[in-house]
Amino acid sequence: MAIEVRIPTILRPYTGGERAVDGSGSTVGELIEDLESNHAGIKERLLEDGSVRRFVNVYVNDEDIRFTGGLDTAVSDGDTVVILPAVAGG
Amino acid sequence: MLTIDRATRDAIIEHARRDHPDEACGVVAGPIGSDLPLRHVPMVNAAMSPTFYEFDSTDLLRLYQEMDERDEEPVVVYHSHTATEAYPSRTDVNLASEPNAHYVLVSTRDEVTGGAPESGPVDFRSFRIVDGEVSEEEVTVVERYDDEATSPTQKAAD
Repeated sequence: MAIEVRIPTILRPYTGGERAVDGSGSTVGELIEDLESNHAGIKERLLEDGSVRRFVNVYVNDEDIRFTGGLDTAVSDGDTVVILPAVAGG
Repeated sequence: MLTIDRATRDAIIEHARRDHPDEACGVVAGPIGSDLPLRHVPMVNAAMSPTFYEFDSTDLLRLYQEMDERDEEPVVVYHSHTATEAYPSRTDVNLASEPNAHYVLVSTRDEVTGGAPESGPVDFRSFRIVDGEVSEEEVTVVERYDDEATSPTQKAAD
């Protein structure tokens, strides 16, 4: 069992086109490090100055991690993590 | 080129007029790979601003889960400009994250607040935004899509 991570279209070049990949870790921060080790370059697209970028949304089991502790949010096997770029503009 | 049916185009313009002077936003979903904007989903502008729009993060997740379940993608991503022309701003370009989508811009700058009958014309333009590059494309408005293209799904206009 692993953590399923759903990858948005714009980041699929990092995952060889895969819509979902498996990852591991006990927090979202560790999970992103694990993703980076298998899909180099993806971390830079997700994080800035040590936190999740303003216009990137990360959800653990449908909860936006902004409201659950950010990168310290706990994850475990069987969880589903969804990454979605904000739909926003001016 | 964006091909869109008249009812959906009109519904987007109506949404932009209704939310003026705030920016309106939404998507038109369609079957993956079809390039057919079939299902209009007006979204709430969580920023409630005349100069910025952003889908609420919970609404965004629900929208993408729903599209996943239906094997859809966002064929059109639209928003309005309320004081400037219907052309992507620098912010729009920087934040564009759907390289396969048609980015539709509607300008309500000539709008009379409240959507009065004498309200001015509304610009409706479409763009591709890929890797920071903007290219405008032609918009073709059809009364309805070819039956064989949409079969067996009927257009779901709001």
